[in-house]
Amino acid sequence: MTANIERPQRNHGAHVAELCLPLLLVGGFCLATNLSVWFRNWPGNRISSNFMRIALGDASRLFANQFFVKADAYFHSGFYPSIYDNQQSFKTPHIAEDSGAMKGRNTGDETRFLAPPRNWLEAFGREFYPTVHTHLSEGGANGEERADTVGEILPWLKLSMELDPNHVQTYIVTAYWLRRMGNIDDSEQVLREGLKANPGNPKLLFDLGRLFFHGRHDSIRARNVWEAGLRDINSLPLPERTNDQNSFSREQILAALANLEAAAGNTNRVLSLLQQLKDVSATPDAVQKWIDDYKSGKRE
Amino acid sequence: MKNIRLVAQVVLKESIRRKDFYVLFVLTAVICLVMGSVTFYHDNQIVRYLKEICLLLIWISTLVIAITMAARQIPVERESRTIFPLLAKPISRTQALLGKFFGCWIAIAAALSAFYIFFGLMAMSKEHSWPLANYFQAVWLHWIMLGVVIAMSLLGSLAFSAVSANVTICFVAVTFILMLGRHLENVAMGVGEPVRSLLQVLFYAMPHLEFFDVRDLVIHDWPPLHWLTCAKATAYGFVYGAFFLVAACLLFRRRPL
Repeated sequence: MTANIERPQRNHGAHVAELCLPLLLVGGFCLATNLSVWFRNWPGNRISSNFMRIALGDASRLFANQFFVKADAYFHSGFYPSIYDNQQSFKTPHIAEDSGAMKGRNTGDETRFLAPPRNWLEAFGREFYPTVHTHLSEGGANGEERADTVGEILPWLKLSMELDPNHVQTYIVTAYWLRRMGNIDDSEQVLREGLKANPGNPKLLFDLGRLFFHGRHDSIRARNVWEAGLRDINSLPLPERTNDQNSFSREQILAALANLEAAAGNTNRVLSLLQQLKDVSATPDAVQKWIDDYKSGKRE
Repeated sequence: MKNIRLVAQVVLKESIRRKDFYVLFVLTAVICLVMGSVTFYHDNQIVRYLKEICLLLIWISTLVIAITMAARQIPVERESRTIFPLLAKPISRTQALLGKFFGCWIAIAAALSAFYIFFGLMAMSKEHSWPLANYFQAVWLHWIMLGVVIAMSLLGSLAFSAVSANVTICFVAVTFILMLGRHLENVAMGVGEPVRSLLQVLFYAMPHLEFFDVRDLVIHDWPPLHWLTCAKATAYGFVYGAFFLVAACLLFRRRPL
């Protein structure tokens, strides 16, 4: 015998609500298909942004710089001055100086930033942390590291790039060390990411040209990229065009292009480029000597 | 000796029941495994950043475990009044305190072993080498340092009224020593008298816990320390550990329960 269960009477309002549910779902679906396109293109959306950059705000640049320095500390296998030590010989990170991304401002002996110990306690304490100057690219801490161990600096550089995508030097340094490790493809990828974040940056274009010329032996693409770099500098307003950084980049690009054209045997173009270089160079005498040597055939 | 061992065993069993270690271990392991799964520029042998993160987490975790465990020992016994039956047995206050110390120290040794085995396995999986001497020295010096911290925390638990105050002060002191201890002499040179003399006295008087921190040597594959240096650091740790323990015993004997 089955129990006679009395079902509750459904009122009219509940019936309408049940019908509304699929209607609302369809409405939401339609709106989502419409809005998602707009949202993805909206510059204010946070999907494509880096979570850490959002969380840290402007402080992300500070951290980016800290991680850049950390990469340099890794390059020295932990032998690095703290804020309490003499930092004169580490003002410019050595990884950046070696790559040509920054002009060196270092003075003093980089092997002796630690002053002589003042007492036995300080002397004893130095046994427990690195106190010898080494480079990862030259054997590292034990003198026997493989050349590609220099890759240990890359995680910090990657983090630094993500936190401050407008710090051009980080891309150049990363690309340089990747190239040194023989990883040309990733090096190019890094420079392209840099150009995506900093369109038309002459330093990045110069480096990309170097990669094509020396890494891929593709002088046509190298020429195109360098000429694009020159055009970008020339299109800048005068004060910006003649500032230290852009003047330096223009010199670098002109010299590189002159070498490329010399290798291709375009004599007139070489002389024209060298003349332009002489006009902007800080050392015009050296450029004149280059012109003279080239004309006399001493230099190819 | 038997009494000390018995108290230590109780502390050890209690530490096994507590969940601090398990939570921190799992957290460390998860963070490290996630970080380890990242590949940078198709290079699978990049490992030093991972070693650094893992060692940092191990140091933080073990300091948290050691300080909180040692700081709770006496106050909890006092609050729950189990200290009276404990001391009613033929056991002196000094023995009870030493038992507590050794219990904590052995418990932290077990935790350290688990952490460093995980660290070693993780590092080996990437760099395919096993620098045993470096790892042994790192674990050993870390353990000696934690002995000093546990003794300091036990002393604090008798000197300060609340556990939270003791834990906070111990954390601040240990962080200060680890971060600034090495540079205190430099800082002293940059200030005038009488602060300079005070800082210099502090420099010589405080336990230099940074002597036991060889993380940089392990991370960057430096050769191991000279064993004599390791022995000297051990002796230095024993002296400071003993100092804090004797002070704690004296204080415990004089204080009313």
